Amino acid sequence: MLYKSLSSFPVFEVERDYDKCIVCGCCVQQCTFDATYYLPYAKKVITDEHKCVGCKRCEAMCPTGAIKVRAVTNEFKHNAYWDARTIRDIYKQADQGGVILTGGGNDRRFRVYWDHLLIDACQVTNPSIDPLREPMELRTFLGRKPDALEVEYNEKGEPELKTKIAPNLVAEIPVIFAPMSYGALNLNMHKAMAAAADAMGTYWNTGEGSLHRDLYKYGHCTIVQVASGRFGVSAEYLKVAAAAEIKIGQGAKPGIGGHLPGEKVDEEISKTRMIPVGTDALSPAPHHDIYSIEDLRQLIYAIKEATNYEKPVSVKIAAVHNVAAIASGIARAGADIIVLDGFRGGTGASPAIVRDYVGIPVEIAVAVVDQRLREEGIRNWVSIIAAGGIRNSADVIKAIALGADAVYIGTSALLAVGCTLCHKCYTGRCAWGITTNDPHIAKRLNPDIAAERLINLLKGWAHEMKEMLGLMGINAIESLKGNRLRLRAIGLTKEEMDILGVLPAGEGI
Amino acid sequence: MNARIKRVYPIEENCMGCRLCEVACAIEHSEFKDPLMAFFNGRPQSFTTVEVNGATTFSLNCRHCDEPYCVEACITGAMHKEPDGRVIVYEDICVGCFMCVVSCPWGAVNPKEGAKKAAKCDLCPDRELPACVQACPNRALVFDTTEGLIFELPEEEEEPFVEG
Ligand code: SF4
Ligand code: SF4
Ligand code: SF4
Ligand code: SF4
Ligand code: SF4
Repeated sequence: MLYKSLSSFPVFEVERDYDKCIVCGCCVQQCTFDATYYLPYAKKVITDEHKCVGCKRCEAMCPTGAIKVRAVTNEFKHNAYWDARTIRDIYKQADQGGVILTGGGNDRRFRVYWDHLLIDACQVTNPSIDPLREPMELRTFLGRKPDALEVEYNEKGEPELKTKIAPNLVAEIPVIFAPMSYGALNLNMHKAMAAAADAMGTYWNTGEGSLHRDLYKYGHCTIVQVASGRFGVSAEYLKVAAAAEIKIGQGAKPGIGGHLPGEKVDEEISKTRMIPVGTDALSPAPHHDIYSIEDLRQLIYAIKEATNYEKPVSVKIAAVHNVAAIASGIARAGADIIVLDGFRGGTGASPAIVRDYVGIPVEIAVAVVDQRLREEGIRNWVSIIAAGGIRNSADVIKAIALGADAVYIGTSALLAVGCTLCHKCYTGRCAWGITTNDPHIAKRLNPDIAAERLINLLKGWAHEMKEMLGLMGINAIESLKGNRLRLRAIGLTKEEMDILGVLPAGEGI
Repeated sequence: MNARIKRVYPIEENCMGCRLCEVACAIEHSEFKDPLMAFFNGRPQSFTTVEVNGATTFSLNCRHCDEPYCVEACITGAMHKEPDGRVIVYEDICVGCFMCVVSCPWGAVNPKEGAKKAAKCDLCPDRELPACVQACPNRALVFDTTEGLIFELPEEEEEPFVEG
């Protein structure tokens, strides 16, 4: 089209059935990428496909079902090596130079280890349990567990626990909403996650953009983050929370910092993050006071001091090649929880090349970290949270069987409230009202509806997890933790199975 | 104190300005209840209007006032207040003088498309829930009945299983 680079080809087709279009204008009003517009003389609505990002908002909203948004799959001559995305990326960079930005999580065709793991079930010799008839426990304690329990007897001869138990989080379902900052998300989404976590007896995580004052009332189910930018970190912020988390890295962009552009820093975000309105919120790549495990220990204990040793402190890292040794260091530095964020983890904005090719899968990270900590005899010092690409309740069960204590869900939570993974979060124009701070577009996310949908999702997963535990003959999720014998691998190499610590399908115990 | 009157309330902070309430209202009040028939063969007319001013949007319709100006202005008694509180126009008596149209401070009465009659929100007597309330995807309209506030029809029993 006119005024466009010769090498820009539309990625989506917007097919409008004019026999069904009643020209109500809804699609025009809802398209936040200005792709759809009204032709007054023709009395017709049309779409400039060059601008369409494939968010499917118009398709979802059209009252007569007149719209179909489809990805163009045959835009270039078929080539198994130079696929369309590769070609387009080269065109884009040749046009403009610069780094290609994206949102969301790694969507490349790497092996999905979850899909190569199968769950065991009881037959004949070991009875399964019916979760609808018998109690089934999903409650999970997150934090340091003592090496041993000491009991003493009081004057009446009754046993009393002598060991002081470290503070633990108690989650009624081992699924926690992942850190996604206020700024990247809008306040409506934070409200929804907080309300849903509260209702379900689990937790949500603020991400690095601090906690809005209105949400202090949810402190008891909130994990607050302390990241390299230290946005909005205050004694009160730490005290109001259930736990604090030091964010070292993010699965979608290990080793790089964050950047919330100044345009997005409005009055409320500025107050919450404690930075001036309109200034860029820059998170340095490393914490400039953490260059070693000893430095990390100092920050962990600074937070523990500030919170009177009443709250667990978590450390979140991206899953990278040396993850097991790093995790061991983190455990020894005094963390109570370690979060491993795999390379499928999402982001509001990241260079695509980093999102797609840096880091390792969380399945592997959990397995090697759990193994390493067990070998060193310090597995009980920390809880492990698996993050980055948890898609359903089976992934949760498998993560726990591989050695995690709980999981974070970010992308799944966004999907639950409407996200279509268009990966345009970094534009701030999210048509579903999730990753936008434009006051008008953000209204599209009604926090009440969003909270209900998140609660439904967790309820559905909880039912399914109980079903799966029951069929394995287990009545408490804690008994599944690290029980890799209940998993079998299919289609993996010997090395992969060794690393994951699972036997091949067909091999009994 | 008067018992509360049935009416549809807009909730400004939830309204995203999509105008699906208008579409639903127009379909409900056309001679065909099918969307395509209503818009291609009928005379679609909505009695709720989405007001837009920057980020502020809300869907405004008849307040079914306690002391309705339109009823007071009506010269034939076509516009009147029902015992249940709804303000309704009896078309067969309406002579199309449009005194009601000019008297309503909300602009909630309009000339009927293609006829010399007044037309306005009737709270969808054939429906359990007014069409606009049920069509709104973001709960930006609430039906205030004498008993309580309703956003959507009650769901059937919670399903332990959902279709795959
Ligand atoms: S939303 Fe559907 S019916 Fe309305 S103008 Fe768009 S295509 Fe036509
Ligand atoms: S709403 Fe989304 S899918 Fe529809 S035309 Fe606009 S960008 Fe494309
Ligand atoms: S959050 Fe919004 S912009 Fe981001 S992928 Fe989902 S729908 Fe697209
Ligand atoms: S039409 Fe206007 S004056 Fe009459 S009841 Fe409705 S809001 Fe009141
Ligand atoms: S349908 Fe709801 S959100 Fe859309 S314009 Fe009407 S009141 Fe507003």
